[in-house]
Amino acid sequence: MPDTRSTTLTFVLNDPPFESARSTTALRLIDAAVKQGFHVNVFAYEGAVALPFAKQAAHANAIHGHDVAEEHHPLPKDWIAAILDEAERRGLRVDWVNCGLCVDERGVGESIPRTRRGSPADLWKFVQASVNTLIIPTR
Amino acid sequence: MSKYLLVESRDPFDRRPANDLAALAAELATEPNQVTLFLIQNGVLEARDGAAAARLGALRELGVTVLADEFSLRERGIAPERLSPLVSSASLGVVVAHLARGDRTLWH
Amino acid sequence: MSTKHLVILDTAYRANLEEQDDPVLWLTHSLRRAGADLDLLLRGNAVNYGVKTQDASGLVFGDCPQSQPPRIARDVRALADEGVRVFYVDEDARERGIARDELIDEVEPVSNRAVSRLFESYTGIWQW
Repeated sequence: MPDTRSTTLTFVLNDPPFESARSTTALRLIDAAVKQGFHVNVFAYEGAVALPFAKQAAHANAIHGHDVAEEHHPLPKDWIAAILDEAERRGLRVDWVNCGLCVDERGVGESIPRTRRGSPADLWKFVQASVNTLIIPTR
Repeated sequence: MSKYLLVESRDPFDRRPANDLAALAAELATEPNQVTLFLIQNGVLEARDGAAAARLGALRELGVTVLADEFSLRERGIAPERLSPLVSSASLGVVVAHLARGDRTLWH
Repeated sequence: MSTKHLVILDTAYRANLEEQDDPVLWLTHSLRRAGADLDLLLRGNAVNYGVKTQDASGLVFGDCPQSQPPRIARDVRALADEGVRVFYVDEDARERGIARDELIDEVEPVSNRAVSRLFESYTGIWQW
């Protein structure tokens, strides 16, 4: 198996969706890393395990005067799926792990396909298999 | 006359977190180290010309490169002509490049 | 290649009552058990995590008591017992009126100015 350490980055995310600019920034960064040709590991911790939650749903917006279709409300789970698609098109690997205990306590076990449940041991393996690890902390 | 109750839940000693990161940048630069300060999200609010000239000027004197996320700038209506001459607009790809070369990266 | 990382924690008491611990201390402990070589720096309001007399017991909602409150000083000691050096920024403690003898013995003071030099001893710096 080829050594991909020098072309792999690990990101640790902590924020849930729809609460902080950090969530969107984190996904922008992961998207940029993929588009620059990097394999990416993501360890979603605490509220970030809800980012790929499969049951996120769009809604209409009466203030904008939009129905559901017109509002086209973005959902982080769709952004993540799009990043995973992009990685596949480029022959790159994005390994998204949700911390299992964080998933359990939040009841967000239904995650989109191509994400998986894991533990801090996965994060340590990620760190060792990456050229660098960035933690985006919550506040 | 009205009566008020004001509730403060935040640690009053954490009023100046952004200054602490700029201070850290300055200390690291004097070690010496090669330091880049990348402003993003509300961090770009000090990137307008005149907003934080003294602090940014001091960092520039120490050799710190100050960049600002172009999307965050645009999102906040900070046009290129309003950007401080001490700050350069940059894409998020710059962060990826720094990570890829192994730079110690702290996010605040 | 052996690596050593410095974990920096500067926000305290964020989700402790629900989690019954501090999530970053817990993760640091888990990573240590997974084989990571780590030390911990407490700064800002997280310097309070070294205070011996922290007590979060007694929380009750309706007739539902919390039986396992967080015991942060115990958790910090446990990290030290696993070989994690735990530093705290002395100025941040003093600013908050925390005297040295109020802190557990296992935490070591560093000055604010020494923090950037401390970084040099580590392969990576993880700021939470």
